Amino acid sequence: MSSEHHHASVGADSTFEVDDPRNTQFDLVHEGLRRDGMEIAHYTPAFPPGRKSRAEKRIERSIAFLFVLSGLLAFGFVVAYIWWPWEYEVGAVASKFYNPILAVTLGGSLVTIALAVLVWAKKLLPHEVVVQDRHDGPSSYDEQRLTGATIMNVVDETGIKRRPLIKAAILLPAGGLGIAAVAPLVGALIKNPQDGHPLLKTGWNPENNDGQRVRLTRDDGTPIRPEEVSVGGQMTAFPGIPGGATNRWADSPTLLIHLRQDDADKLRASIAASESAQAAGRDVPLPVVAGMWENFVAYSKICTHAGCPASLYEQQTNRLLCPCHQSQFMITDQAKPVFGPAHRKLPMLPLDLEDGFLVARSDFLEPIGPSYWERPAEISEQEATS
Amino acid sequence: MSPKKKRFSLARVPAEVGVGLDERFQGATLLRRAFNKVFPNHWSFLLGEIALYSFITLLLTGTFLALFFDPSMTEVVYDGSYTPLRGIEMSQAFNTSLHLSFDVRGGLFMRQMHHWAALLFLASIVVHMFRIFFTGAFRKPRETNWLIGVLLFWLAFFEGFAGYGLPDDALSGTGLRIATGIVLSIPVIGSWTYLSLFGSEFPGTEIVPRLYIVHVFLIPVLLLGLIALHLAIMVKQKHTQVQVPRATDHNVVGYRMVPNFAFKTTGFFLLIFGVIALMGGLLQINPIWLFGPYKGEVVSAASQPDWYVMFLDGSTRLMPDWDLTIGPYTLPAMFWPTVVLPGVLTMLAVFYPQIDRRIYKDTEAHHIAQRPRDAAIRTSLGMMAISFWLVLTISGANDVVADKFDISLNAMTWAGRVGLLIVPPIAYWVTYRICLGLQQHDREVLAHGVETGIIKRLPDGRFIEVHQPLADGHLEYTGAPVPKKMNRIGALGPAIRGFFFPIEKEAPPPPAVTPVSPADAPRTLEEAPPKR
Repeated sequence: MSSEHHHASVGADSTFEVDDPRNTQFDLVHEGLRRDGMEIAHYTPAFPPGRKSRAEKRIERSIAFLFVLSGLLAFGFVVAYIWWPWEYEVGAVASKFYNPILAVTLGGSLVTIALAVLVWAKKLLPHEVVVQDRHDGPSSYDEQRLTGATIMNVVDETGIKRRPLIKAAILLPAGGLGIAAVAPLVGALIKNPQDGHPLLKTGWNPENNDGQRVRLTRDDGTPIRPEEVSVGGQMTAFPGIPGGATNRWADSPTLLIHLRQDDADKLRASIAASESAQAAGRDVPLPVVAGMWENFVAYSKICTHAGCPASLYEQQTNRLLCPCHQSQFMITDQAKPVFGPAHRKLPMLPLDLEDGFLVARSDFLEPIGPSYWERPAEISEQEATS
Repeated sequence: MSPKKKRFSLARVPAEVGVGLDERFQGATLLRRAFNKVFPNHWSFLLGEIALYSFITLLLTGTFLALFFDPSMTEVVYDGSYTPLRGIEMSQAFNTSLHLSFDVRGGLFMRQMHHWAALLFLASIVVHMFRIFFTGAFRKPRETNWLIGVLLFWLAFFEGFAGYGLPDDALSGTGLRIATGIVLSIPVIGSWTYLSLFGSEFPGTEIVPRLYIVHVFLIPVLLLGLIALHLAIMVKQKHTQVQVPRATDHNVVGYRMVPNFAFKTTGFFLLIFGVIALMGGLLQINPIWLFGPYKGEVVSAASQPDWYVMFLDGSTRLMPDWDLTIGPYTLPAMFWPTVVLPGVLTMLAVFYPQIDRRIYKDTEAHHIAQRPRDAAIRTSLGMMAISFWLVLTISGANDVVADKFDISLNAMTWAGRVGLLIVPPIAYWVTYRICLGLQQHDREVLAHGVETGIIKRLPDGRFIEVHQPLADGHLEYTGAPVPKKMNRIGALGPAIRGFFFPIEKEAPPPPAVTPVSPADAPRTLEEAPPKR
């Protein structure tokens, strides 16, 4: 619409006769450009017509060579794809080269044909500078008025202005259908975090084990005896329930640490200090869990920052490092964060010994993993055991 | 020629088909206009094309991958060719990813091409946005296309993240786990959103199939639609152009779509496709068989996300542990660097055209790409943003930096925290001074001429350098490139190409140095032969 308007000034030129036998093909091109609001400002063929110069022949040969090379590489790709040994085998050498050969042949073929086309464009196509009218700016005032009136007229024709009853009545289905459009999606997806409290419970809760206290097990399900963890050593423990080491219980992996005597004493002192401070009514990070069994302590592996396993154990400094965002937790101080973005200590799993195997006295006494809005500070012992 | 005698002639076929089509669709004028559409020529205008062509590569390779990948969380025992993982329990998603890598002919090649193309896609989007930003190409009338560009960036970002989460290897699971931390940090609705998205507690069995439909259908459809709209608006509004001779705000100077542009862009597409193919087979990426299946308790040091996510990883690492307690409720510190920060950055980008309009009090339409030096505030703001982003991105790999350069990890974190506050203002100030300096030098040349390198001794013993004035009269500063060397104004032979060694023969000297006359001065100046 607006382009018609702009082109009015450069429309058909009555002096140009399309069928004039004197016109060359290029004259017609020129006329077409003129009618489209374009003008050739500069135009030089890459090479003069007539006998080819040596330079022109050389370029022609290079382009042809690139096309041939590209074709050969493409066939090379097909041949290699079909016949080169590709199946993985330990120690096999030939199949190791399968991917590089595919890359060199296919990539090489594409790059060489690209070069052929680009050299063609750069060296053989005419050099030209064409200037085109931009037709910038808005449509003409008249156009704007006419279109504006047309739109307003449609509004008048519907009569919506003089029929407020319909206008009001439309709002209801508009709102209703709008909500109906999103309701199935939201309604089907939505899960209530208060429903069964999945965020507060882990595999260590005895409810997953017929009310029995849950054993600490290795990833193959075998229970752990205290004497199997060397002093200063650590081990990842999973709840001893069916599938306890699988991702179904991804909230449960726990780091079991056998502390050295002096470190264990430090931790006991830390817990005692917190307990007395709590009793005195001072502000300490809750809950205070006296969950050690002899010199053993177990902390949730799920970082309280973003949920990565905070599992890089620095034996010398007694720190646990989360490799995702570098939060560091002090093992001998109830796994309180000492550096990085984590704010809360790693929850401690209360330990006990039963029939010579380590067990969890209850579930964690605070929610494991990242903070969230309504996260409770502690979980009562009763909730953690049922 | 009577109809009876009319014989089939192959040479006439194109013309007859053409006429036949025009009788039905009346496309003659439209087609000619399309052929004749003028494209301005500048290397920086190709950056968006890289994004477009890597997206096409993504569609091609992604379709291949989808034929073999099964986004299921069903537990299976691996029994494929890769012996080290045989007998290991894993999800069907990871199993089929391994199957693609080892037991589908050329599958690994396709997988790696897909991943490299994704990295290139995001990279070219970012660099393309830099060019748009620094040349002021987002100004009226192109604000809408800038907005679509910002949306495309975020769609590509989430598309990449969703794809990263699909194979269910150790890294992709770790990425998802961090995503749960981010979602949980949202006030009030965090835990609801988390459980609703994942269907159960992390990881559950729903998230990978859901990411799959998002990755192969939802976002690609949005991307395709917005890319089409982006291009349609660009065709309608026509490209911006750099200030070459004859270019004004009311025309487009360049070459026609056919043949010049068509040849170059076809060659460029093939080149990009070829480079991605070379990378896909020669450079290993995301070797999931070394990471193993995702296990909730497994992680290793140096788990970095793809490069475009690293700035958010960095912001998360730098954030101090400022959890806020509001009565019985908690506002996790995680909320600020992972939700608020990207939100604010996006809003700044979305509204930048309006901000720029305020700064420069300029509501006019522009079609000439400004040189960055001529909009010193904008350029400095841009460099400030880039330096902010760089500090975050480097911090996203601060454990690797600390390890490789033997620096304390905590020192790296602190360097990032401090750097985030002081580097951007420094970048602003330095850029601002550079812009003014470059402007100043252009003005000097316009006023006094080009340095000739000739030192003259005056009778009183002083030494002066002789300048070649560009014109006899006064030259207005217009923001066009100003020649700075004698060979740029045709006074010497063009510079000889080659680094250390000349790779071409010295050109014959120009026929004569035309003295500059005021009348045609600007013309001569602008049309000086470009440096070869």
